[in-house]
Amino acid sequence: MIENLLQGVLLGSLYALFALGLSLMFGVMRLTNVAHGDFVVLGAYAAIAIATVLPWHPLAIGVALLLPGFGFGYALQRYVLNGTLGKDPLPSMVVTFGLSIVIQNALLQLFSADPRSLDAGALGTDSVQIGAGIALGTLPLLILIISIACTAALQLLFDRTALGRAFRAVSDDREIAELMGLDASKIYALATAIACALIALAGVLQGMRTTVSPSDGPLLLLFAFEAVIIGGMGSFWGTFIGALILGVVQQIGFQFDPGWGIWFGHLVFLAVLVVRPRGLFPRTR
Amino acid sequence: MNTIFPLRPEHSVAMAPSVSIGSPANPAAWRLAWVGTGTAIVVAASLPWWGESSWMREFVEIACYLIFAMMWNLLAGYGGMVSIGQQAYFGIGGYAMLALGNFAGVNPFIAVPLGAIAAGVIAVPVSWVAFRLQGGYFAIGTWVIAEVFRLSFANMSVVGGGSGTSLTALRGIDKATREGVTYWTALVCVIAAITLVYLFLRSKRGLALLAIRDNEVAAESQGIDVRGMKLAVYVVAAIGAALAGALYFLGNLRISPDAAFSVNWTAFAIFMVIIGGMGRIEGPIVGALIFWALNKFFSDYGTWYLLGLGLMAIVVTIFFKQGLWGWVQQRYGWAVFPTQRRLES
Amino acid sequence: MSGALVETRGLVAGYGDAQALFGIDFKLHAGELVAIIGANGAGKSTFLKALTGLVGVPRQAVRYADEDIGGLRPGEIVRRGLAMVPEGRRLFPSLSVEENLRMGGFARRPGPWSLARLYALFPILQDKRRLPATELSGGQQQMVAIGRALMSNPQVLLCDEISLGLAPIVIKEIYDAMPAITAEGMSVVIVEQDVSVAQRVSKRLYCFQEGRVALAGDSHVLTRAQISAAYFGD
Repeated sequence: MIENLLQGVLLGSLYALFALGLSLMFGVMRLTNVAHGDFVVLGAYAAIAIATVLPWHPLAIGVALLLPGFGFGYALQRYVLNGTLGKDPLPSMVVTFGLSIVIQNALLQLFSADPRSLDAGALGTDSVQIGAGIALGTLPLLILIISIACTAALQLLFDRTALGRAFRAVSDDREIAELMGLDASKIYALATAIACALIALAGVLQGMRTTVSPSDGPLLLLFAFEAVIIGGMGSFWGTFIGALILGVVQQIGFQFDPGWGIWFGHLVFLAVLVVRPRGLFPRTR
Repeated sequence: MNTIFPLRPEHSVAMAPSVSIGSPANPAAWRLAWVGTGTAIVVAASLPWWGESSWMREFVEIACYLIFAMMWNLLAGYGGMVSIGQQAYFGIGGYAMLALGNFAGVNPFIAVPLGAIAAGVIAVPVSWVAFRLQGGYFAIGTWVIAEVFRLSFANMSVVGGGSGTSLTALRGIDKATREGVTYWTALVCVIAAITLVYLFLRSKRGLALLAIRDNEVAAESQGIDVRGMKLAVYVVAAIGAALAGALYFLGNLRISPDAAFSVNWTAFAIFMVIIGGMGRIEGPIVGALIFWALNKFFSDYGTWYLLGLGLMAIVVTIFFKQGLWGWVQQRYGWAVFPTQRRLES
Repeated sequence: MSGALVETRGLVAGYGDAQALFGIDFKLHAGELVAIIGANGAGKSTFLKALTGLVGVPRQAVRYADEDIGGLRPGEIVRRGLAMVPEGRRLFPSLSVEENLRMGGFARRPGPWSLARLYALFPILQDKRRLPATELSGGQQQMVAIGRALMSNPQVLLCDEISLGLAPIVIKEIYDAMPAITAEGMSVVIVEQDVSVAQRVSKRLYCFQEGRVALAGDSHVLTRAQISAAYFGD
């Protein structure tokens, strides 16, 4: 039982990395990025492509992808998505839906449907002994550490820095924020840029932990989304905890039947939605 | 004073709801369109006697696309609820029809509308969950719900689990009759769906819907039962989606969870509505026809075709905000189904 | 040009299809405190929004410090020295009092106003500076809103209905701070629902009626009867 819990937490910590970017983008500009999961997959495939030409360890590739991910997100928001923002959530949804289809099919065309993965070497196979015969993989543990660090960093960014203030102001009241001299379109672009850098890293880690295939995106989006809702909106730590809970629930479901883990996660998500619509740890705004 | 004052779209500005009253822009064209439509229906009804069976099959398929797109359009464009989970009801309609036909001995052709109603009933408790969310999160939440249905049906061995099952109830009927009656069922469903949506939107309720879409709070203060209307639209859209689903699998004779609950259905609906324009009745019709045509010519190109569709959705959304058909309407002032009420100034 | 700091001639503006202003002639001289009064819907707020770039107008429609600034983005206008205290205060709920004030200083120009000086003017804000801004009382929130606008060190301060929803004693407290605000020559435009307050504190006033200037003149010369007539459009 304890082992399940721990494995679930480790699983959830990767979901947290998926979810942080979603939480950030929705929090700052109410944008629902339907292609979110596909961006993760794109990050993984970018790393796979790089790995075929450069003999680097995937982790190094992951770090190297942070900057391009940042740039990609910035350009995407600034030149494509900013034009879709507004009272109506539909345009941004359709555009990101279109992006999702484009990415999935482009990846399918470039890499075929076969699942691929990144060779993490010893990191991927080593494990650490924790007490009574429980062994936890070093890669999942590393993911947990990275996940905690990213959550803390994001929360700190939002709470203590000028940029975080700008994010909160623009999300509260865009018009008045612009009255103060903020350029909302640049602020939005920065938010997406940070989200995409996180996503790139998350994609690489996913590719190391398990296999990826071009059509994996939508499911990852749903996991990220469930984590955000379970955890409660408005708080990155809430999202983190929500992701851990999702991971644990899925892990328990997997024990009963391999086909049930994800289904179980969906059900718990719906249950939380009914009982606690604002999530388990919402930050009052 | 004819100037339009520049609106900074990103600034939330209180505006009077854009509802107007009056007659269509071009009455002569409107009358012509009605006469044309009537003739087309008569010709279409006689198709089984002179047409090829492949035409009837194609029509059934277009009909499903069309009804599903119309209902998605009703929900999103008029109800203001963008859903990525309508495929849940598409699948429920299909499975309900199949269950009634295979296990309850109901005539499958009758089971089609029955399956639709079953979905409508299911939509009510589902709404209790779905309505907890708004906007973009509502959209993804409905997707999760659809996935729950997909996984649930994939685990039910009585309907074949993950690999699905066949509609055995039609085994005894000969091919020509089956195809003909399926075709007529599709024709009736399409006409019924279009008529119902049209009448609904022209009515007081339709107007209330527009008011809610433009400004929920203001509408509530006018005494409009916002919650009730949204539920009504959601249930109607579910029934419509299920009708399309039941019809589709009636024609297909075989159902599986992945086909029934695929998010692609909603993707197709989005494409059709994007091409045709949201919030316009003829939009989904135009969209469905163009989509079917695109499918016919390009689906052999597989991933490239889908990639092109995705790009098109992005481009049209950004540059042709009112949909291609809406752009044409604006350009030439056409309106076949006038539900846009215009202020005569 | 008459050397006015802010001037509009025949300003028209609206929202999409709905026109709100039908030709406003307005002048503000340096160091003046001018009031705009009028019934709800007369276009007072729209006018201020046109000045600050929240509503689009043609470039030459608004002239400030010998420059045409109509239709510029709000950020560019605040950097030129025109700041607004918006109607309804519109503080940022996710930010504390101090963070709200700091936001005002985002586009700061050189000048005397700083966090320290604001806290000296409104001491209660210093006590509550870490609280979420929307947890303060109405009057205190108004102080935050004014302070936020002052943080950019504007040359012209536009106040949109700062007395709205406040008790008379609180209104008095806020307007008592005005001399300290205008001491270094800041020009102020106030939009006011309360006619007596407007007449008392301002040098000149404009009365808007259905998007037009129905009356303009020196505040202490205009009579009650004149104002009534203009206000209600008899």
